[in-house]
Amino acid sequence: MPTTPADVLSVAQLARLRIEDSALDDVTDRFGRILDLVAQLQQIDTEGVEPMSNPHDMVQRLRPDTVTEGDQREELQAAAPSVEDGFFLVPRVID
Amino acid sequence: MALDNLTAATAVELVSELQTRRLSATELTQSCLNRIAAVNPRLNAVITVCEEQALREAAEADLMLQRGDGGPLTGLPLLHKDIFCTRGVATTCSSKMLENFVPPYDATVVSRLRAAGTVMLGKTNMDEFAMGSSTETSAFGVTRNPWNTDCVPGGSSGGAAAAVAAGFAPLSTGTDTGGSIRQPASLCGITGLKPTYGRVSRLGIIAFASSLDQAGPMTRTAEDAALMLQVMSGVDPGDSTSADVEVPDFRSQMGDSIQGLRIGIPQQYFSQSLDARVAQTIQAALDELVQEGAELVDIDLPHTEQGIATYYIIAPAEASANLSRYDGVRFGYRCEAPKDLADLYERSRTEGFGDEVKRRILVGTYALSAGFYDAYFKKAQQVRRLISQDFKHAFEHCDVIAGPAAPGVAFGLGSKTQDPLAMYLEDIYTLSVNLAGLPGMSVPAGLIDDMPVGLQLIGRAFDEATLLRAAHRFQLRTDHHRIRPTLAEVGS
Repeated sequence: MPTTPADVLSVAQLARLRIEDSALDDVTDRFGRILDLVAQLQQIDTEGVEPMSNPHDMVQRLRPDTVTEGDQREELQAAAPSVEDGFFLVPRVID
Repeated sequence: MALDNLTAATAVELVSELQTRRLSATELTQSCLNRIAAVNPRLNAVITVCEEQALREAAEADLMLQRGDGGPLTGLPLLHKDIFCTRGVATTCSSKMLENFVPPYDATVVSRLRAAGTVMLGKTNMDEFAMGSSTETSAFGVTRNPWNTDCVPGGSSGGAAAAVAAGFAPLSTGTDTGGSIRQPASLCGITGLKPTYGRVSRLGIIAFASSLDQAGPMTRTAEDAALMLQVMSGVDPGDSTSADVEVPDFRSQMGDSIQGLRIGIPQQYFSQSLDARVAQTIQAALDELVQEGAELVDIDLPHTEQGIATYYIIAPAEASANLSRYDGVRFGYRCEAPKDLADLYERSRTEGFGDEVKRRILVGTYALSAGFYDAYFKKAQQVRRLISQDFKHAFEHCDVIAGPAAPGVAFGLGSKTQDPLAMYLEDIYTLSVNLAGLPGMSVPAGLIDDMPVGLQLIGRAFDEATLLRAAHRFQLRTDHHRIRPTLAEVGS
């Protein structure tokens, strides 16, 4: 199934990425070639094979539900692009 | 000073000099900083140098050494790949997205190595977000291979590999998601070990693909790798995927014989895609191991070729989820004058990420999207299990698997950047090991036209000790790991 520029634009929308018109053909071409590569998996019989999400089939440990770190707001917000009074600033969402 | 060339010495040799006070940590650190200043302009292997901090840490190490209470690594200089969070020191992942990111905490690997007394010299260049096999996707310029500066050092830990090869530091950290420690180690002629998934904490390592990422040592010898892995390993309450498995004393077993060790040779690793001269070099290395008493056994890893397709679904899928956090709000790059929230997200991500990162986010988003999830992501996870089972079956007949770490020697800068698929093939012999979560390492096996070739050794889960023993016995017999590139200093 060939990949179209429209397919790429809809995936880009899901990923919150913008693709310039001038780059669309090139991006579509490379994206399509990668999909062709990964499509070879369809030929493998995986009937009844349990999907593997962790290489050791480990279950993640839970830790006790206790506070381990205190307030570090100032330190953490030092890396933010825009803050005010302890809040992260973003453009107006509701008019 | 007993060692005539500090920049070529191994960590084990340097520890002995430091602990007997024939060499001070300050002297050693200064010589590394001088080497970086003289050679890094030609390589761009290091993107942040912490001169003041390093000299301060070296002075503290000297005090400890004087008091006689230093640890196994006290006073040894090291470099961290710029994917490890370092408190107060920029951590960029070689991306414009994180160009101004200064972490408020240390990665567990960083704090453990710091507590062991190492001196951090700086941070090394890498492919952006560790996505690449040549260090050419870095937002801060390519790194050049010290053996031939027209060639790539491999990637994504290319800066780390080039730095160790060029004598900037005896120790360097790397991370390996599909080959990012082993392939650059191979292309730069150093020793690099990717531990078993879960052996080393991932806390504070900027995430690429969380079920594949693992940090490991990049050094000049297997002994040095063992020294460093000892400190890096062990369960961490801050990483729920770190394994609560006993950490053996890696160095204590290294001198043991490999008499009777069964080394599996997968026919699929010697297929037509392997450079014939690399095949010969690997065969010669295997002959050396046979001379040491090992036995070679033919084994079968039938899904080797499908490893690439499997990896290029699973890794991008996990990456697309991990990288969704870069939205221009809490940290990282934010676009100028966003007109609304959607614009803020889209332009911050589009301007902050490079092409390869965006390509993988697109592929991963596609593979996880409604209607394609079963055909792509679930399918890949099923094939992942088949690949893992291939290794399990193989290890019923052997103790270690050996083959090349990469299909060829270092390639020319720019020669594969136009074709992502050609670049992806660089990791054909390494990425299955990540999919199966096994330990793997690359050790220098010789030169072809003055460019290094790495022998890859793959072990059972949590059996790094056997890999290190085989690698050490190999290095006791050979001197490939001692050959260093001849590299002119800038201005000389």
